[in-house]
Amino acid sequence: MYRYDEFDAAFVADRLNQFSDQVQRRLSGELTEEQFRIHRLMNGVYLQLHAYMLRVAIPYGALSPRQLRKLAHIARRYDKGFGHFTTRQNIQFNWPALKDIPEILGELASVEMHAIQTSGNCIRNVTADHFAGAAADEIEDPRPYAEILRQWSSIHPEFTYLPRKFKLALSGAPHDRAAIQVHDIGYQLVKNEAGETGFAVYVGGGLGRTPMVGHKIRDFLPTKDLLAYTQAIVRVYNLEGRRDNKYKARIKILVHEKGFEAMRDAVEAEFAADKSDLLALPQNEIARISAYFAPPALTERPADSQALKARRARDPAFAGFVDVNVAKHRQDGYGLVTISLKPIGGIPGDATAEQMELVAELAEKFGHDEIRVSHEQNLVLPHVALDDLPAVYDALRAQGLATANAGLISDIISCPGMDYCSLATARSIPVAQRISERFADGPRAREIGAMKIKISGCINACGHHHVGHIGILGLERKGVETYQLTLGGSGDESCTLGDITGPGFSYEDVVDAVETVVDAYMGLRASPDEDFLSAYRRVGMAPFKKALYERDSGSDI
Amino acid sequence: MPQVISANRLSDGIVVFRAPGGRWVEQLRDAQILPDAGAVKAALGLVEADIRANHVIEVAAFDVAVKGDHVEPVHLRDKIRAKGPTTHPGHGKQAAH
Amino acid sequence: MPLYKNGSFVQDAWTTIREGEAISPAGHVIAPLAWWQAERQAFDQSHVPIGVLIEPGASIDDFIADLPRLAVIALVIPKFQDGRPYSMARLLRERHGYKGEVRATGEVLIDQIQPMLRCGFDAFEITDPITQAALEAGRIPGVAHFYQPGVNEAPQPGARPWLRQAGR
Repeated sequence: MYRYDEFDAAFVADRLNQFSDQVQRRLSGELTEEQFRIHRLMNGVYLQLHAYMLRVAIPYGALSPRQLRKLAHIARRYDKGFGHFTTRQNIQFNWPALKDIPEILGELASVEMHAIQTSGNCIRNVTADHFAGAAADEIEDPRPYAEILRQWSSIHPEFTYLPRKFKLALSGAPHDRAAIQVHDIGYQLVKNEAGETGFAVYVGGGLGRTPMVGHKIRDFLPTKDLLAYTQAIVRVYNLEGRRDNKYKARIKILVHEKGFEAMRDAVEAEFAADKSDLLALPQNEIARISAYFAPPALTERPADSQALKARRARDPAFAGFVDVNVAKHRQDGYGLVTISLKPIGGIPGDATAEQMELVAELAEKFGHDEIRVSHEQNLVLPHVALDDLPAVYDALRAQGLATANAGLISDIISCPGMDYCSLATARSIPVAQRISERFADGPRAREIGAMKIKISGCINACGHHHVGHIGILGLERKGVETYQLTLGGSGDESCTLGDITGPGFSYEDVVDAVETVVDAYMGLRASPDEDFLSAYRRVGMAPFKKALYERDSGSDI
Repeated sequence: MPQVISANRLSDGIVVFRAPGGRWVEQLRDAQILPDAGAVKAALGLVEADIRANHVIEVAAFDVAVKGDHVEPVHLRDKIRAKGPTTHPGHGKQAAH
Repeated sequence: MPLYKNGSFVQDAWTTIREGEAISPAGHVIAPLAWWQAERQAFDQSHVPIGVLIEPGASIDDFIADLPRLAVIALVIPKFQDGRPYSMARLLRERHGYKGEVRATGEVLIDQIQPMLRCGFDAFEITDPITQAALEAGRIPGVAHFYQPGVNEAPQPGARPWLRQAGR
């Protein structure tokens, strides 16, 4: 993975000094809260319901064991022994004191980490496919480009005060695991007819209160133009995006109001007008950054592992874990292991310091020192020999990390909701916990099959509910929590926004409502191979609506 | 409806409530109950000095129900603020009970 | 109003006027763009220095043709979090080669001075006393390492080479 050179280290040290000075000026009263708020947000410090929250950047979700150990240390020393992994592949600490934050940032800097631009109206942490560099279906590793974008966008003088936050995501495979079409800009690595690598570029996607799927603005952008084209998009947005209403300030609204064709023309004109070539990426520099992401030296192994086979035969729980949580690696004899942070009845994305330390140790022993954070709030060991899976599984199980539910109904994305967030209108974590308990990770969950439930505790949609196969949006109606369901959303390459079922459900009834939808699906699917999303796309809303509302209970408004 | 004034401490962000005499306390049971809008307005006026002195931020009054000695926020959000996350019973103010 | 330019506070030789006010024949007046465009004929034969005041919603295309005639372009920063003038300043310098003064006026605060300098601003009207004190003390908070080229910055040793040498 990427390693800081002296320049990177000096940059982070600069930024740490700058922010420490801002904290001191705030504590001394030289800066007002209004002036300070923007600086603290630009460095990932929020004020939440109970305390400050610090969001630490994990660029494109890649962590080394040393970094994960440091996060465990911070969780233990400055928080309550927990960290919370987020849908932007970041980690949040829920209880740091403002006066301690410069010290925490110093600890992070010692392992090449920071909290720069994890909030604020700037270019946020760049995300990418969590299987990058290991997936069997990958065209090219997106991480070098994500790293180049990360560097270029760090404290960008022109783009620090955008109309609103700005999110970039990259995918290197045709199967989109990074939800690029619901980002401000999404980049998909593709090959053109000449066999050259470039990007299909999507612009204007986003969730929030006005969800939109991105438009493909370029079928093929040569890799050398990555930064120049990104600059053109962000510049048009910076100059023309709305600033009169924060709810209409994202680029998706500009694209919508201006019209996609006019937006494309403006971006292409800006791109063409920039004659400087300053941002062109020479091939040798792409190669230089790519070298950091060279695949680990994996020894050749047979495709079939005898150790795996033997354990499978005698241990159904292990077999279930392998079937569900281990994905196909591009090299025979290896697998991508998803470590679910969704224990049954647990808090999605939470990890204890001990759990983080265990994962760090497993990455060292069995995983070529690589860990990934997925936007689905899980951890991934991307290069594990199939022969080592029994040992990895046993160690995970001992720390409560062997839940076999990756991609199943209890692998739920949930925002922190009203239990932490000052913007939330309803709780979301407890809803996730109850759904998880209802369906668990046993035979029933496996029979239901691929199912993505995503829960947001307010209209800002941090839980990505619009692209959940079943989405749940928590709202407040007359002082009471109400949950709206959406069906048929998807954040992958077939990106669609879910449809609202109808009137919402109470906190008490929402889990029953989800079960009603699931039961209806089980009753109507064409075969066990037809997953929920496919079935919904075939039959539409009507049968689910009927099941939900044409009965005695369930609906409360 | 009676109200209590809450804020976050600037230095560590912890939720505090305004107590009689203008002190800031961490537990709702120690807070001053303001019986009506007039009392709330007067107290919010006094709090301005604490804001200017950079002791507290995010000052706001919220509704409470009082039964004998017991004070309970009316809205769920304020209940969670006064106790801690419902998902981590060991975290926040509820841990001190 | 104190004007910070080239590392120190200087006497401001310019007067900013509102629409409807007379543009002095002696020049050294910063006029709203629309007012200047309405009155400019009177100055066709004159070479007195003229500046314009640009609101952030304006398009640079509206006054590109006037650039050779303008000694000062004052970009209004209505709120310090308004990023539009940053792009305008960069375009003026980099794309249109504007060599006159690019001035920031409005809510100009100390923490934005460095990014503004890097986008090509070279003069700042300062009203905030803390900002004034910091500038007088020679203290401009910021970073010393940059991942992207700024306006008029010579390539620095150690800066990302692929942002500097590409295409040259």
